[in-house]
Amino acid sequence: MDATEAAVPLVEMRGIRKSFPGVTACDGVDLRLDRGEVLALLGENGAGKSTLMNVLAGLYRPDDGEILIEGKPVEIRSPRDAAAHGVGMVHQNFMLVDTMTVAENVVLGMAGLPLVPDMAGVKRSVLELADKYGLRVDPDAYVWQLSVGEQQRVEILKQLYRKAEILVLDEPTAVLTPQESVELNAVVRRMKDEGKGAIFITHKMEEVMTFSDRVMVLRKGKVVVEKVTSATDPRDLARLMVGREVLFRVEKKPFEPGAVILELKDVCAQDDRGLPALRDLSLKVRAGEILGIAGVAGNGQRELSEVITGLRPVTSGGISINCVESTNKTPLEIIRSGVSHIPQDRIAVGAVGDMSVASNLAMKGYREAPISRGAVLLPRRILDLARRMIELFRIATPSPETRVKFLSGGNIQKTILAREIESCRSLLIAVYPSRGLDIGATEAVRKELVAQRDAGMAVLLVSEDIEELLSVADTVIVLFEGRAMGTFPSESADPEELGLLMAGVERKETAS
Amino acid sequence: MDLITSILAITLRAGTSLVYATVGETYTERAGILNLGLEGIMLMGAVSSFAVVYYSGSLVLALLTAVAVGGLLSLIHAFLTVTMRANQVVSGLAITLFGTGFASFLGQRLGPVSNGRYLVGLTGPRFAPIDAGALGRIPVLGALLNQDILTYGIYLLIPLAWFYLYRTRNGLWLRAVGENPRTADAMGVPVFRAKYLYTVLGGMLTALGGAHLSLAYTPGWSENITGGRGWIVIALVIFSMWNPARAITGALIFGGINAVQFRLQASGTNIPAGFLNMLPYIATIAVLVAITWWETLSKRVGAPASLGTSYMREDK
Amino acid sequence: MSILIEKRKNISRPAQVLVPAASFLASLVLTGVLLLAFGADPFATYRAMFRGAFGSGRAFTETLVKAIPLILTGLGVALAFKLRFWNIGAEGQLTLAGVAASWVAIFWGRWMPSFLLLPAVILVGCLAGAAWAGIPALLKTRLKVDETLVTLMLNYVAILFSEFLYYGPWRDPKGYGFPGTEPFPEAAWMPRIAGRAHLGLVFGLVLALILWFVINRTRWGFELKIIGASPQAARYQGIAVERNVVLAILLSGALCGLAGVGEVTGISRRLQQGLSLGYGYTAIIVAWMAQLNPLAVPFVAVLMAALLVGGDQVQMMMGLPASMGILMQGMILFPLLAGSLFTEYRIRRTGRHAAADAGGAE
Repeated sequence: MDATEAAVPLVEMRGIRKSFPGVTACDGVDLRLDRGEVLALLGENGAGKSTLMNVLAGLYRPDDGEILIEGKPVEIRSPRDAAAHGVGMVHQNFMLVDTMTVAENVVLGMAGLPLVPDMAGVKRSVLELADKYGLRVDPDAYVWQLSVGEQQRVEILKQLYRKAEILVLDEPTAVLTPQESVELNAVVRRMKDEGKGAIFITHKMEEVMTFSDRVMVLRKGKVVVEKVTSATDPRDLARLMVGREVLFRVEKKPFEPGAVILELKDVCAQDDRGLPALRDLSLKVRAGEILGIAGVAGNGQRELSEVITGLRPVTSGGISINCVESTNKTPLEIIRSGVSHIPQDRIAVGAVGDMSVASNLAMKGYREAPISRGAVLLPRRILDLARRMIELFRIATPSPETRVKFLSGGNIQKTILAREIESCRSLLIAVYPSRGLDIGATEAVRKELVAQRDAGMAVLLVSEDIEELLSVADTVIVLFEGRAMGTFPSESADPEELGLLMAGVERKETAS
Repeated sequence: MDLITSILAITLRAGTSLVYATVGETYTERAGILNLGLEGIMLMGAVSSFAVVYYSGSLVLALLTAVAVGGLLSLIHAFLTVTMRANQVVSGLAITLFGTGFASFLGQRLGPVSNGRYLVGLTGPRFAPIDAGALGRIPVLGALLNQDILTYGIYLLIPLAWFYLYRTRNGLWLRAVGENPRTADAMGVPVFRAKYLYTVLGGMLTALGGAHLSLAYTPGWSENITGGRGWIVIALVIFSMWNPARAITGALIFGGINAVQFRLQASGTNIPAGFLNMLPYIATIAVLVAITWWETLSKRVGAPASLGTSYMREDK
Repeated sequence: MSILIEKRKNISRPAQVLVPAASFLASLVLTGVLLLAFGADPFATYRAMFRGAFGSGRAFTETLVKAIPLILTGLGVALAFKLRFWNIGAEGQLTLAGVAASWVAIFWGRWMPSFLLLPAVILVGCLAGAAWAGIPALLKTRLKVDETLVTLMLNYVAILFSEFLYYGPWRDPKGYGFPGTEPFPEAAWMPRIAGRAHLGLVFGLVLALILWFVINRTRWGFELKIIGASPQAARYQGIAVERNVVLAILLSGALCGLAGVGEVTGISRRLQQGLSLGYGYTAIIVAWMAQLNPLAVPFVAVLMAALLVGGDQVQMMMGLPASMGILMQGMILFPLLAGSLFTEYRIRRTGRHAAADAGGAE
């Protein structure tokens, strides 16, 4: 080859294909990263960004395709291999041991570490690196003492210490304050100047525009577009990211909303880490209405469904259901007030994998006749109910006694759906009800939601699929970092506009 | 002063076996494995080493036998819990039952025909206390010096175990394995190998503790020679908060109670020691509660986070 | 190629029965090899063991005597384990209940109408067992303190406390220095039904049925099963997880407590040394071998008791150590634990690809 050294890309991935049971996560993806370049990988959840990067970092093995580092084909079998080729990845869930110090984490598992490491020397190098890149962190601090932003610095330091030439960052700003994001940007600039490369996984438009030199949009495992960032328009990217083809239309009655069933007033709540997840969120859902919550996962959707159902405390604000004050009631009280909930986590929360389909179907109705009489359960009745529901909702299962974990994802979801719809009296909350399902199951789920609305229930539908929201919901609210970014009637909503709001771009910025 | 020196001497002698086993179990638990088989392993170490020393006369061979037996028994535990992912509590109890039963069986079969095949009541070579001469007559220091070679061993073992855990690469790996096996695995630490290695190492040290009982402390073999020491060790590991350097404190407290009782019995007063004996266990529960409560406030000390759970790479 | 262990598509039902049975056989074979190595005839030994445990009416009732506490503690442990509450404190719960029962039997007998004494003894004993189990249950649900270690420590506290009592303040002044309390008044004796086998046997069998019914046929049992399988899912279904765990563990402790009551009122009729011969630990094997099924517990308990009684007989008849029984109990668990993998998992040989791929997309 007569190419000059500058023309040889730092990383090249060719025709990467990777599938998991039922899903093709990456479908023949090509990727290129040059020295001194920052590439943004943009796409919705499930677009294949993380899978592609996990392949590069040695966590997944591709079914097909090859990886070249500086023009040489390489085989990356493990994170250690990846590190040996200069690839370092900062995962969304940090790979840090809480009870060890920063310096210890930096060298943990490193190849070629002597039996008795010179920790004083390690600390010195860590401080030098920290100084050089502006990553302030105390090498003697324990990881548990650090803020999330500081932990990320440790992760980056760890990769720099291991001489990473290619830094992969999986949604790095999701956990950062704005100030920390600016600092991160400076670090990445510095790396660029040294001729290193970085790849960002993101779904935030702002991040793409400020951080990257080039952007690649992935959708359903394929590259939709690849452009120099300065030559793109956020509007275009948003459209490409969410897509706009409509699979099918769902038949529904004209929109005739009734009384307000669910009302949230200035609700605030925290996530599991104790960070704000919902910020002064207000919304109303009326009988006969499907309210869609649009947004990229992790912007407060889970917390929203949990505060309504009593699984997570509201820190301020109020919730009423059927005009009854329902703030911080117990889950049982909420269930008794007629609320059904299809949770985000099907296997661990929505269903009990180790129990039978019949038992799972009975988990709402077991408290009352006809399934129980007094304190005693009537197994025959449970089976009768199960058989009826299996037929009604076309749940494909060998028998009512089969354990739920042996069903396909779609049939597990149908089992939950059947139970929740059967017990629904006024409000149905569905969180990503069609995520990961095939077309047939998706259609079945959507039809059921609409049927509930037509029957006069209030439905709160959380989804990240704009197409689903626009075809199923009557009204759509965009949620970004726990705030409502705007409310739209679905008939007149513009997918591009929604896409931008989901990516955190305020309307007025793009109004020009 | 004399009294203190003599109590300290007895305490050290009584605590030696506890120190070996506590350091061993600390390492095992640091790798995320709870081994409740210690009592059985200790008994097997005691009976096998005594039988070997009785017939061969070689103390070295006896110690090697104990180490091998302890390693083998804990290898079963490692295989069941790491590879077969069996419940650690049940597997450990199985080791204790088997070890207790087998040790007692051997104690009644391995002896000479002249003694009805019993090992009980026999004497063999033993690790006698070293006479430290003039140094041994110095108060307090004498208690440290007039000891057998295995007690001298703990003077070396404790700092070594501490250094290895906190100052070496392998110690770093070990701490990571017990705390967060997934991260350790992702960072290239050989998680499964570590779990096997430290479970077996823990068993070997525990059996050495057992050997100290039959070769130096008692010496000789008798049924229930351990007197529940294997269980006490589980408490001591908590008491020392999984730090081998602190193993000595707990061992001295438990050993000390033993020593005081010994003195009291020797002097003819037969007061009920039950109440005094209960205190360390209650204290252990208090320590456990305190560190758990502490951890809910901040992650500072305490049990390796993955203790008692089996790690599977495909888990998500 | 590498070897991959994966969850089975279906829990193998035959394996659930076959694995314990095969484990028992395997332990017979392994012990047989051991016996041969020590120059004993395994067949003759097993025959002697069997005869010792079942060969005569007296032998059989002695087996039942040992089976009674194993049934009751086995049930208690099985209930706790169903909730994934690793209660290894059956020994302590049994002992403390024995102490409480003795307290009532000795000190309340002076003023209480005699027909009320035994019911009071039983009630207070069970309550004491429940309370002793309640400590780790509360510590776990309130403060997330590891229950395994707490229950283990409490065993020692209970045993040492009982020793303190019968060596100290409760020691029988007419006992010639024998470590034990004075004998209970006759009103506090558990009626015997055959040989030394007492009414506790009936309690055990009836409670096994009741517990099975509660777990499999009641709303509460259904809730407990959900909690055991997935506490998160239970909370989502509106079940008060912490309260129900505490209640179930109190019940578990009461069952273990009843075993202790049976021992002091039915067998020794006083509080004395050797109240429990490790029944609380053997109970864990019983529960595990019974696959936590209350209906299987009595059968497994009788088998384990037979090993103990048979072991004693072998010592008398063949001069072999009685500890063989305990050895075999432990030995049964090894293949059982290794085998449980095969009911839940299967082993597949695969290429490296599949082994390296963890989980799903993104």
